[in-house]
Parts: sequence; structure tokens; C-alpha cells
Amino acid sequence: MIGLFEVARRLRAKGLMGIGQRNAEFVLAYNQRRFYPRVDDKLITKTLALKAELPVPELYAVVREEHEIEELHEKIKDREQFVVKPAHGSGGDGILVITGRRGDKYRRSNGSFMNRDEFDHHLSNMLSGLFSLGGQPDHILVEYCVQFDPIFENVSYKGVPDIRIISFLGYPAMAMIRLPTRLSDGKANLHQGAIGVGIDIPTGLTRRGVWGTEIIKEHPDTESSIVGLQIPRWDDLLMIGAKAFELCELGYVGVDIVLDKQLGPLILELNARPGLAIQMANGNGLLNRLRKIQELEQAKQLSKDPAERVAFSKAHFPTL
Amino acid sequence: MKKTQLYILALLIAALGLSAFAYKWKVLKFPVAPNEQTEIWEIQARVEFEPKKGPNKVTLQIPNNPPGYAVINENFLARDYGMSIEPGKGSRAVQWQIRRARGVQALYYRATIYRDQHEVIDAAEPKPVTAKTYEEPFATARAGLLDSVREKSVDSASFAGELVRRLHDSNPSQEVQLLTETFNSQHDTVKLAKDLLADRQIAARIIYGLELVEQDAGNTLTPFLQVWDSDQKTWRTLNAINGVEGFPENFFLWSTAQKPVLLVEDNDDATVEFTAKTSLDDALETAKERLRAKDRNLIAYSLLDLPLDAQEVYKILLLVPIGAFIMLLLRNIVGIKTFGTFMPVLIALAFNWTGVIAGFVLFVVIISLGLLVRFYMERLKLLLVPRLTAVLIVVVLLMAMVSVISHKLDQPVGLNVALFPMIILTMTIERVSVAWEERGAGYAIRQAMGSLIIASLAYLVMREPHLQHLIFVFPELLLVLFAVTLVLGRYSGYRLTELFRFRNLAKDPIAESSDKAAP
Repeated sequence: MIGLFEVARRLRAKGLMGIGQRNAEFVLAYNQRRFYPRVDDKLITKTLALKAELPVPELYAVVREEHEIEELHEKIKDREQFVVKPAHGSGGDGILVITGRRGDKYRRSNGSFMNRDEFDHHLSNMLSGLFSLGGQPDHILVEYCVQFDPIFENVSYKGVPDIRIISFLGYPAMAMIRLPTRLSDGKANLHQGAIGVGIDIPTGLTRRGVWGTEIIKEHPDTESSIVGLQIPRWDDLLMIGAKAFELCELGYVGVDIVLDKQLGPLILELNARPGLAIQMANGNGLLNRLRKIQELEQAKQLSKDPAERVAFSKAHFPTL
Repeated sequence: MKKTQLYILALLIAALGLSAFAYKWKVLKFPVAPNEQTEIWEIQARVEFEPKKGPNKVTLQIPNNPPGYAVINENFLARDYGMSIEPGKGSRAVQWQIRRARGVQALYYRATIYRDQHEVIDAAEPKPVTAKTYEEPFATARAGLLDSVREKSVDSASFAGELVRRLHDSNPSQEVQLLTETFNSQHDTVKLAKDLLADRQIAARIIYGLELVEQDAGNTLTPFLQVWDSDQKTWRTLNAINGVEGFPENFFLWSTAQKPVLLVEDNDDATVEFTAKTSLDDALETAKERLRAKDRNLIAYSLLDLPLDAQEVYKILLLVPIGAFIMLLLRNIVGIKTFGTFMPVLIALAFNWTGVIAGFVLFVVIISLGLLVRFYMERLKLLLVPRLTAVLIVVVLLMAMVSVISHKLDQPVGLNVALFPMIILTMTIERVSVAWEERGAGYAIRQAMGSLIIASLAYLVMREPHLQHLIFVFPELLLVLFAVTLVLGRYSGYRLTELFRFRNLAKDPIAESSDKAAP
């Protein structure tokens, strides 16, 4: 066991960023408060993305009032699959993925069934703000349920894997793919037990993964290798990561994208204070890369062209 | 944005807080420890005399800013007398007057004093003295006495000491007899010593003091002769009766006026007696009393002058920042996760009524029972606000139940649970249950335990009696805490838990090498 100071020194040498530094030097310094609603409210994110011609899952319905829950059943009666999520949710809390029906009941992605009462109660909780960031009353989005790309079939358990790109001033700085496990109950959140797998920015190949604090090379449920996978349409993904800056105008932002079988990459949500486990998934510190972009900023060489920014990132941010 | 600006601001605020603290501690003598005791003395001068016919006028020298001591309180007791206080040069006297008096008269001066520093310093240089000329045979007697004293002395102090001894000799020499022939008070003798020293150009002065020894009555002032030592540039003090050099311990300077302590016009038989009594008093009370005597405003604009019940409230309120600060350390530096931002501090405050162990147990019991009810309610599919209200009602009932049961079991601690803030408990139950459902039991219990541990720690720190006392008496110390908080507000180093979380990365041999850009 090495001493704590030694750990701190080595982490510092690797450019590993801590929560305090992320908040003080990046979130507070680059993310203006007035732009937060653009990422905190998924409805606004969706509208802005569509305006910027970035792909998002199709919106089926919005529920704002208690009585609209009843009408919702009518509106979606022809849809077999859909996702219900709180507009102000965070960390995937409260999201309901419906993959089918049996009579009056809805089938959830984990295979369990939900009757109408349970469904309505869940939606009513969402409206009350149970899952929203500050507990304020919320509204609900009902949208297209992503059919995930089969490339991930062997490395994900039940749920939909998503790709997170941390984008700083429009430059994709680091990326990972989050794979659901049995432990995470099909959710793609690392703190709930999903695996984070680092992606090499220049090539779009996966490098190594982290499960909890453990560094791994195979998926714990399927035992397939999680290393060396080629993320499909990687350049498109990087472009989405780069363009997210124009969309939300937040300097430091995490972009969550899913890969749909037919539709390709779709933006799920943006995050103004993305977590730091991405560094462990990549086995690399984020700070060195962010500093590199800050150097450009100081030299007034920041590019306005997303393609140029992607090119810069591909040239400078490999995960070895 | 600039960190330097923040640091300078923090430094200024901390300096402000610390200097206010230092001023109150060192100058105003507020005690830094709780229950500090100060020795205080009650001294009394009792003047007694047979009045003559017609108006009587009594002048008594009284202490004036005595060095080493502070007068907290003083009063004058003289029925039917008119009274005035005459400030003189470096002295003070009380003057009592009455037109007609019968029987033995007793007048009192009382003062409450306490020692506020241990050194008695006075280094004011005297004016040069000039010798006067005297008639014969006094001139010869004076010269003879001084000459014989001179043979037995080495410096001005030993000269004066020898002179004093000669004057008080039980078997006085002829010169002394001649010079003291008409004297009837001790003051006259001491004054003679001073004059004699002036003949030899030795500057001297007379002061009167009281040795603070517990004694019921009959104490008298001791005259001291101070002689200027021109070599060492200091006043040297001699007991003007036995010639011994130096002040006795517990010396309280009564009068520096070059006058008799008591003067009753046309009445030489008047006496003054001194009494000294000591007692221990709360240092804080003493400091307050002293400030009141000095400057009412200093105390009027402090928490110490608030009504007692308001003071009690502030004793608790002022500790909340301490608890919040502990939480700041544990959350932002250590990285412990909690429910809510300030909930642990509120729980810590609640512990105030129950004690930490009982509080911990009660908290766990009520939260667990509340959670059971809450989980059952989940099945009833209630909406959020009615559900919270329902849980609140259950919490209150649970608290009542715990109190009744613990009362039956003769465990009085359960009674205090009534003051356990129920809104906090209700919100906690709701949050734990949501976290439980969304993130699993382990996560919920970990966060709940984190909150409880921080609450317990904050409580233990807040209970520290020294800290409580310091913050209440010196609330300006919160400014220092404020400054530290400002500095910590920009702490961007690793949290302790992050080091554990990321430690595997530190072992990984692959380092970031973005310098070697891929082609």
C-alpha cells in the first residue's frame, strides 16, 4: 500500500482531476449559470438540438399536469416501445423504459410488468419532482425508445449502452462508453454498477474499462472482451460532441449519446457537471487535455469550426 | 476570479476577527476559558471621629487608577453628609461635609477591586529638588542627623532607609527628638524624612498603600517612601516605618497624593481603619462589571447585555457555523457523502437535547420505523405532498410512542425526543426511501450513516465547553472561521475519498502522454 501523499502526487502527475478542481476551475469558470436550463431541462435540450440539426430521439408526448397522465395512455396507445423520463432528471433517476405491452400492462426493459396504476403513480411522482434536481415540480417527456446497435450485444446486460464525450470549449476531450451490467439493473450509470470503458479519441477503439474502482478487460456478466471494440460512426459521434458547444454554450459539458440501429447516434442528454470516473475508464487524467485546450484559448486560437476542433482532438488526445 | 484577491480578503477578515479577539482578551480581560475565576477584593475604609461643634469637614484620599488593580465598583456611605469628589493631580479625594453632627461619626468608603496585571510600574522622572534653609537650631540638627546617616549608607536608597530607621528609633537621638517634637501623626514623620532627603538633593515622595491580607478590621495604611535612584533611573520604594526596601506582595496603592490620607478639619483624633476581604468571582462577570464601570457602551453593544433567554438562544445559534464548518471539512476535504446540504448540522443541533448516543439510537429507531411505514405507503400510491404529510404524522406519533415507552422504562432520555426536529426526520425518511428505491439499500444506508457520523462529530465539537465559551464571549472569532471558509471555498485539491477511489489509477504504469501526439 502506498501512502496517501504518494497517491496524490502520482495522480497529480497523471493530470487526474478531482471534484473540487472540476467545480472550481471548469464548471464555475466556464459554465454560465444562465445556460444551465439548456441542459437541465431535457425538453429545451431537445429543441435546441433540433434547431442545430443534431439528432435526438423523437418526442412522442409531454406531460405537464396530473390530469394529462390519463390522456397519455390514449396518445401512446399505438406505440409498443417508448421511454418516459423526467425533464429535470439526473443520473438516470426515474426513467421508465417500456419495451412492450401485455393487455393493459406495460412491460419494462428489465422484464417486469407494470399495471396502469403503478405507471400512473410513477408519473405522478415524476410530476411532483421526486426525481428532479432540486425537487421542484417537473414535467415528463415520452420519447422514442432507442434500438441499440448490435455491436454491443455481447458487452451489455439488458439496458442500452451510451457513449459519453466530455467536450471542453467545443473540443472533444475524453470519451467512454458505459455498459450496463446485471449489478446496475440495465442502467448505464457507473455509480450504480455499470462499466465505463475508455475510448481512444483518434481511432474510436475501446481501451480499458473500470467497474467500481476495479480496472477490467472483460464484461463481468458476459465475459466478452471489452477492449479493442470499434465504436461505429465514431467521426459522427465526435462531431456531435464538438457541436454540443454551439448548442448549449457551456464550456465544460458531458454529452451523452446512444447509437441506434437504424438512426445512428442520438443525443440523449447533456450534463453541466459530468462525473470524473471517465478518467478511470481511460486510465488517463483529464487535466492535461483540458490544459492543452486552455493553451489554445490563451493563444486565442480556439476554432469556430467543429470539424477543425475534432481534428485537433484526434491529433492530441489518444488513450493508449 | 483572482485567487490573490480572495486570499487578501480572507486575510483581512481573519486579522479583523483576531485583533478584536486579542483586544477583548488582553485589554478588556474577557476570560478565554469557561468558569475562570478571578480573585476579587472588597476593601473598606472606615473613618471615625468625634465631631466638633459647628461644621465638620472630612477629606479622605481614595485610590485613583491604582496600578496593578482595577476598581470595579465603589460606594460611599455617609448619612446626612454632603459629598464631593475632588480630583487632584494623580490623586483623588472624597470630601464629606456636615453642618451639625452629634455623637461618634462613622463614614465609609468601599471599593471592589481585582488584580488585572502583576507589575506595578512608574518611571516618571522627578523634578530636581532644591534644599531649603532652616532656622537654628533646626538647621544644625538636620545637618548632624544627615551626616551621621551618610556614614552608614552607600546610595540614596540605603541613605533613605537608614534615615527612616533613625526617625522611628525607639530610642531616638537628640536631633530626632528636636525635629519631631511637635509631630502627632505618622504622615508628619514621613514628610520630615522626605524634606530631609531634599536637603541632600535626593528626590523623594510619599505614597500610601494597603497590604491585601484578609483581616476584619484595624488594618492601617502603610506609608512608603519612594526615592529616585538617579543611577538606575527608577524609583526605589522603602517602607517608611522600618526602612525595608520593596513593596510587599499584594500591595494595593491607595494614595499618591502628597497629603495625609485622612484630614478632618480642626480634629487630630480622627482615625481611619481599613478592612480587606477576598472572594472568588466568575471572571466573565468581573470583566463585565469592570467594563460597565469603565464604559457602558462597550458592554451595551455586546451579546452579554442581552436578556438571559436571548443569550441562551445565541449560545446555540453561534455554534451552528461551527457545525457547518465541520461539515464543510468532512464533505469538501474528506469527501463524505450526506443527505442534504445542512441536514447533518440540524441533526447535530437536535442531539443537543438528547446527547449523542441516545440521539444516535433514537434517530436510527425513528428513521427505521418511519421507513417501514413509508415503504408500505409506497404501495398505497399516494402523491408526494400528502405522502410527506402522512409520514410527518407518523413521525410525531412515533416520537410520542418512544417518549411514553422510555418513560415507562425509566429512561428519561426518551422524553427529550419530543424536541427532536420532526421535519428533519420526515425529510430524511423521504430522502432515504427515494435513494433506497433508486440506488439500492447499500447506497441509502451509506449516505444515512455518513450524515449521522458527520452529525455526531459536529455535535461533539459543538459541545466542547471551551469552544462554546470562546464563541459566545468572542463572537468575532466567527470572522476567522469565515476567512478560512472563503479560502476553502476555492480548494481544488483532491478529496481524501477521491484518493481511495482513484488509487488504482496511481498504480497503473501508463501515464498520460498527450505530448506524444498520435499521427
